[in-house]
Amino acid sequence: MHAPGPPPKKRLLRLNVNGRWREDAVFETELLVEYLRDVAHLTGTKTGCDGGECGACTVLVDGEAVPSCITLAVRCDGRNVETIEALATQGRLNRLQRAFHEKLGTQCGFCTPGMIMAAEALLRRNPTPSDDEIRIALSGNLCRCTGYVKIIESVKAAAGADS
Amino acid sequence: MTADLKKKAARQGVPLIDGIEKVTGRARYTADLEHADALVGRILRSPVSHGDIIRLDVSRARALPGVVAVITGDDCPYTFGVLPIAMNEYPLARGRVRYRGEPVAAVAAIDAKTAERALDLIELEVQKLPAYYTSEAARAPDAVPLHDNKPGNVERDVHHQFGDVAQGLAAADLVREEKFSCAEINHAQIEPHASFSEYDPLTGRLTTQTVSQVGYYLHLMLARCLDMDSSRIRVIKPFIGGGFGARVEVLNFEIVTALLAKASGGKVMMQLTREETFITHRARPQTDIRLKLGMTKDGRFTACECEVVQRGGAYAGYGIITILYAGALLHGIYDIPAVKYDGYRIYANLPPCGAMRGHGSVDTRHVFECIVDRMARELGLDPIAVRRANLLQAPTRTMNDLMINSYGLPECLDKVERASRWRERIGHMPRGKGLGMACSHYVSGAAKPIHFTGEPHAVVNLKLDFDGGVTALTGAADIGQGSSTMVAIAVAETLDISLDRIRVVAADTAVTPKDNGAYSSRITFMVGNAAIDAAKRLKAVLVAAAARKLEARPEDIECAGEVFRVGGGAGNQSSLPFADVVAAALVDEGAITVKGSFTCPPEAQGGKHRGGAVGSTMGFSYAAQVVEVSVDDATGRITVDKVWVALDCGHAINPLAVEGQIQGSVWMGMGQAMCEETRYLDGLPAHASLLEYRMPTIMDSPPIDTYIVESHDPNGPFGAKEASEGALAGFPPALVNAIANAIGINLNELPITPDRVIDALIERRRRAKIANALKAAS
Repeated sequence: MHAPGPPPKKRLLRLNVNGRWREDAVFETELLVEYLRDVAHLTGTKTGCDGGECGACTVLVDGEAVPSCITLAVRCDGRNVETIEALATQGRLNRLQRAFHEKLGTQCGFCTPGMIMAAEALLRRNPTPSDDEIRIALSGNLCRCTGYVKIIESVKAAAGADS
Repeated sequence: MTADLKKKAARQGVPLIDGIEKVTGRARYTADLEHADALVGRILRSPVSHGDIIRLDVSRARALPGVVAVITGDDCPYTFGVLPIAMNEYPLARGRVRYRGEPVAAVAAIDAKTAERALDLIELEVQKLPAYYTSEAARAPDAVPLHDNKPGNVERDVHHQFGDVAQGLAAADLVREEKFSCAEINHAQIEPHASFSEYDPLTGRLTTQTVSQVGYYLHLMLARCLDMDSSRIRVIKPFIGGGFGARVEVLNFEIVTALLAKASGGKVMMQLTREETFITHRARPQTDIRLKLGMTKDGRFTACECEVVQRGGAYAGYGIITILYAGALLHGIYDIPAVKYDGYRIYANLPPCGAMRGHGSVDTRHVFECIVDRMARELGLDPIAVRRANLLQAPTRTMNDLMINSYGLPECLDKVERASRWRERIGHMPRGKGLGMACSHYVSGAAKPIHFTGEPHAVVNLKLDFDGGVTALTGAADIGQGSSTMVAIAVAETLDISLDRIRVVAADTAVTPKDNGAYSSRITFMVGNAAIDAAKRLKAVLVAAAARKLEARPEDIECAGEVFRVGGGAGNQSSLPFADVVAAALVDEGAITVKGSFTCPPEAQGGKHRGGAVGSTMGFSYAAQVVEVSVDDATGRITVDKVWVALDCGHAINPLAVEGQIQGSVWMGMGQAMCEETRYLDGLPAHASLLEYRMPTIMDSPPIDTYIVESHDPNGPFGAKEASEGALAGFPPALVNAIANAIGINLNELPITPDRVIDALIERRRRAKIANALKAAS
């Protein structure tokens, strides 16, 4: 039963999203994915499950890949959040985006933003990952289309490419 | 397509034309559509598996501030479905509920919280009836029928016999019969279900944007269930996050969302949870199979007898088709002199099953390919040699009247045998390692349409205007398989223009010509042919314009790489670039629109026997695969080390996409084989999350080497056939055969979990002990 109860409290949240600082009043219970999609209108970040199961909502918080569907927005106060929308700059695809596009690392595309963000975190800390390192870094991201073969190829191609 | 691009396409294929949207996050899926001003929809679901609704009081929910509409079964007295002969389901239950989670009422409110509170205020009383969760229980003599017109809870029984099975079995040197059980599985596409409907009471128009693979059927059902004139409805497909058959039926929540929009006179966004997405289901049924096969000592099949029982869930859906496919596709891959099939589709108090990748064919193929391997072993024959001993020869017609014009299976066998180094390695694998193989096939679209309207199977429109761009309009739903890219390539290659000139507008019933949708792997064959037909007509218009301009006869005009010239003569011929030809073609005419279509001829549409249309197709894809496994006999853990798979898709219009489809389908077969299973506890789904519904992660996924075989089907677009489903069914049996090769155990249940491997090993040890004891005693 959803009792009426007292309304949740709002708090002022100041964070950097994709290179721009913004301030919003958000509920303390609001999830980062809700904030990104509903408040910041960044719908590239997806929800594929009922919480922390599929990785489609993966974003970077201070460079680290996190599932935004089990992260409270208020926990990101003062921090840098990057989403898929930030990767293509000055009319150019980022190396992972280019590789996922050209190598068919994306089919239906729904897991793709999360997959690319998880891979981006990997390549930033490990520019030349092995197959096993790629597998471990992406093990929290589910894809139902590709069988992962072309995803691994895409990440390897991106790692080999000039960024 | 320019010469360079053409070469590139021929060599490796081209990226998806909508790939940039996907990798940048710009692609808008249903839940991403702007809906800040929309109401939120929520569904109340039955808490019991089977029972009569004796009270449903929504008055308190209706009175809650912020609630705009509450609807129940009373608001829609119409059934819905895709098969006209099997519509026995209401969008919201009326009178009786038949599975736990069945929609009973729905709410539209100003926000999610209010909608959820309103659901809690709905009072529902259900008088419980006995509920059945297995085919056996549902078929018991005293079982209460779920549907009054289906005694014994048999939705459909099928009895087909072709050739003389008794004679065939008598002529065999070896006859073996085995029973198998395959678990129910789910599509588990990563995008949860969602639907967004807007009803404008001022104009009386409805627009629905939804996850459907079959916008046309949904459009029809919205008109029926909302009692609206069909011309006031528009169904649009946004980006879709996977389908695999989950969305080839009209789904209850899609109609419920539209009903809510109409009741509230506005916009309603309905986003189902992952749990609800699982409950909506429509996937591969739990299946019991008994199969008997006769073989001569040199490996020739003499006869096959097969009984299939599918636990179909609470409503008909596509069930009739599934049980027919399971028998029909025993044919069409090998030469079997006699085949008897008995199929039973059973109603049970569980979410309705439906179509899933490899629809109907997968479990039967699994059993057949496992038994073939076991008999080959018993006769001391090589499994690949046994398949080779039973090949068909195209062109031919099968005993059940299916048309086969191209047959690349022999080459598929050659490719995987060589690539896996089968001959050198089979029988010489290290301890705990094994190789197994199997074959499979699938239709390129059902040649007999579901609705006998007399219309073509596919229509594509092309528009060419002042800008020199060609817009292809198709109803075909791109769900990630790359069908829009396929259409663009077909048009570009036929016109010999750059792929960049083509825009594809797909799946919007107000704009695009009707298409039956993305199912039975029909799009490449049917829509591809229609696209080529349309492009040829457009080319004729352009050639005529070029001829006028160049003062030549149309038959003398050659066009290549966006240049039109008078052919034949050498030297300084006059030529025209594409833009000039377009300008010439528009004189006195304006924007040019042409239409192409494709229709399957009657001889492709299957036999005259009851159910004979199912399995009929213009062309079968064929696949062979070899799987290498490691088996840990202490833990029962199976690791797939590698897969080699060859698929005959006739011609690869986009080799990159074909590879992706082959890998994805093999991998989906791997999920079914190794770990996927839906489980219910008294009808309550125990699997309804992506953690509990265990599918392979990237950690479990092997390298999959693909080989494309091109048999050039005489009727296919550029010779192409389907590529998305045919390879799936071969994986589970190839795995079981590889495990048998590795550690000598036969497994008859899917999925092959470590528990089942250990149980089989224990059983073998127990039998060996008994055998030794008997030996000692004698």
